[in-house]
Amino acid sequence: MTAFILRRLMQSVGVVLVMSLIVFFGVHVVGDPVYLLINPQADQKDIEAAIRALGLDRPIWEQYWHFMKGAASGDLGRSFIFGEPALKVITQRMPATIELALAAIAMAVVIGIPLGLYAGLKPDARLSKGIMAASIVGFSLPTFWVGLMLIMVFAVILGWLPSTGRGTTASFLGVSSSLFTRDGLAHIALPALNLALLKISLVIRLTRAGTREAIHQDYIKFARAKGLPDRRVIGVHLLKNILIPVVTVLGLEFGNLVAFSVVTETIFSWPGMGKLLIQAIQSLDRPVIVAYLILIVLMFVIINLVVDILYSILDPRVRLGEGSA
Amino acid sequence: MSIAETPATVETPNKPKPAVESPLRRFAAEFLESRVAAGALLMLGLIISLAALAPWITPQNPYDLAQVDVLDSRLPPGTKSSSGAYTHWLGTDGAGRDLVSAMIYGLRISLLVGAASGLIAMVIGTVVGMTAAYAGGRTETLIMRVVDLQLSFPAILLALMLIAVLGKGIDKIIIALVTVQWAYYARTVRGTALVEARKEYVEAARCLGLSSARILFKHIGPNCMAPLIVVATVQTAHAIALEATLSFLGVGLPQTEPSLGLLISNGFEYMLSHKYWISFFPGLVLLITIVIINLVGDQLRDVLNPRLKK
Repeated sequence: MTAFILRRLMQSVGVVLVMSLIVFFGVHVVGDPVYLLINPQADQKDIEAAIRALGLDRPIWEQYWHFMKGAASGDLGRSFIFGEPALKVITQRMPATIELALAAIAMAVVIGIPLGLYAGLKPDARLSKGIMAASIVGFSLPTFWVGLMLIMVFAVILGWLPSTGRGTTASFLGVSSSLFTRDGLAHIALPALNLALLKISLVIRLTRAGTREAIHQDYIKFARAKGLPDRRVIGVHLLKNILIPVVTVLGLEFGNLVAFSVVTETIFSWPGMGKLLIQAIQSLDRPVIVAYLILIVLMFVIINLVVDILYSILDPRVRLGEGSA
Repeated sequence: MSIAETPATVETPNKPKPAVESPLRRFAAEFLESRVAAGALLMLGLIISLAALAPWITPQNPYDLAQVDVLDSRLPPGTKSSSGAYTHWLGTDGAGRDLVSAMIYGLRISLLVGAASGLIAMVIGTVVGMTAAYAGGRTETLIMRVVDLQLSFPAILLALMLIAVLGKGIDKIIIALVTVQWAYYARTVRGTALVEARKEYVEAARCLGLSSARILFKHIGPNCMAPLIVVATVQTAHAIALEATLSFLGVGLPQTEPSLGLLISNGFEYMLSHKYWISFFPGLVLLITIVIINLVGDQLRDVLNPRLKK
C-alpha cells in the first residue's frame, strides 16, 4: 500500500516537473514581450534597463533555474502587466472562480437529480423523453454559444438579470463571497447556469441510469413490502444509493469546471482566474501564463492522485495489477 | 383457430431481396433506415457544398474592400444596401459585410480547420495506437500512460496552453487541435487492434513470414476502420466547436481568417445593444453543423457496431 502510494507520488512529481519544463520553455519561444511592454518611444538605455529588471537578458536555462528556485519557495515570477507576483495576481482572482464553480455544482445537483429521478422512475413518460433529449442537446452545445443565448434572452430581451461582472460581496463567517448578497446572487445566476449546463446533463444521465438499475434491487422491494411510503423509499433508500457515483463524478469534474470557467468568465466578464489567463495570453504576460498553467497542472495531478489512492483502497485489484506489470 | 391457419400467420411474406448484395450497398441501406440520419447526411452534404462553393454563390465577397461599404454596417436583416446592389437577408456586421456571405466564408474556414485537424490527428493516432498494440510491453505502457495523462486533462486548457506557446494563426490552431485529438484515436485503435491481433488471419499472415509493418498496415489496419470512422466524425464536430471557442476567446484564428467563432465574437459587443443578428446567425449555423455531424456519427456507430445488429 505505502509502496503504491509512494510510486504514484513520485510519478506525479515527475509529471509536474516535466510539465513545468515544457510550459516554461514553450512560453519563452513566443514573441518578445519587451516590445509589448515597453513604450516604443523609450530610448535604448531605458529598454535595456527594463530587460535587465525583468530578467529577460539571461540565457533561457538560467531563467528556468531562477524560476524553479522561486517556484520551490512559492514565487512564480512577477507579472509584466500588473507588476505584482504572478501567484498573488492569480490567487486574488481564485475565490471568484471557485465561487462560480461551486454555484455551478450546486445547480447541477439541484436541477439534475430531480429531473434524472423523474426520468428514471417514469422512463416511458413523454416528459422523461423530453428531459433525455434535452440532456443530449446540453452535451453537444458549445458553452460559449449557450452563454450568448443566456445573455440575449435574460439580460437583453427580458432584462431580468445582469450579464457582466461580479456583484457586491459580503463577509459571512470570515468568508467573503458574492453569494451572500442579493446583488451578488443576481450576478452569478447566468454565468453559473452557463457553466452548470454540461454538468446538469451529466447528472441527469447518471441519476437516471442509477435509478433504473436500483429500482429492481431487493432492498427497494423490501422497503416497499414493509409498507413504507413512496416518498421515503425514493427519498431515502433509493437516493442514498444512487448518490455515490454522482458525488464521485462531480468531485472529479470540479477540475473540469475550473478549466471551462475560462470560457464562461470571458463571456460574462467574471473577474476570475480564467479571464485572467485569456488576458495574459493576449498580452503575452508570460509569468502569469506559466504560473496559471502550473497551478492547474498541480490541481489536476492532485485530483488524479487522490482518486487513484482512493480507488486502490476500495479495490485491491488496482494496486495488485500495478505491482505485477 | 384451425391447425391449417397457423403456418400462414407464422410465414409472413418476406420482401424480395436482391440475390447478391455488395457490403457497401447494404451499409448505405442500413444507414438510411433512420430518417433523421438520412436528413442529417443530406444537410451535411449541403453545408459542405455551400462551404466549398463559397466564392461562386455568395452575393458579395465580404473580404474584398471594393464590394463592402462601411456605411452599410449593422443593417438589420432584410435591408437593402445603400448602393442598392444587395439585399442583406440576414443583415450586415460591424464592418458592413453581408452576413450571409461572411457566414458561408466562415463556414468554409471552420470546416477546413475541423477536417484538416481531424484527418492529421487520425493518421497520427492510428499509427501510434497500432504501434502500441503491436509492440506491447514497455512501449505500450509508455504510450498508453501518455494517452491517459492527456485525456485526463481538459481539451480546452491543453489547446489554450499550446496557443499560448505557439501563437495565433490557422496552422497553429490545427497543430493545437491535432495535439488535443490524437489521443482519442490512439486509444480507440489500440483497443480494436488488440482484439484483431489475436485473430486467426493475423496468425496466418505471420506464418507466411510477412513483415510486421505489412501485417500492421495491410491486415490489421483495415479491420480497425469501423470504430475509427465513428470516432473521426465525433472528433471533427468537437474540433469545430473547440476552434470556434478559441476564436471566440480571441486566441484562435486571426481577424484575416474569420471562422464562425470569430464572427460570433465580433458580433458579441453589439448584442447588448439589441443588434442580435451579427452573433446569432453565425452561432445558429455553427450549432446546426455540430448537431448534424453528431447525428451522422451516431447513426454510423449504430450501423458499424456489429454488437448492435439484430
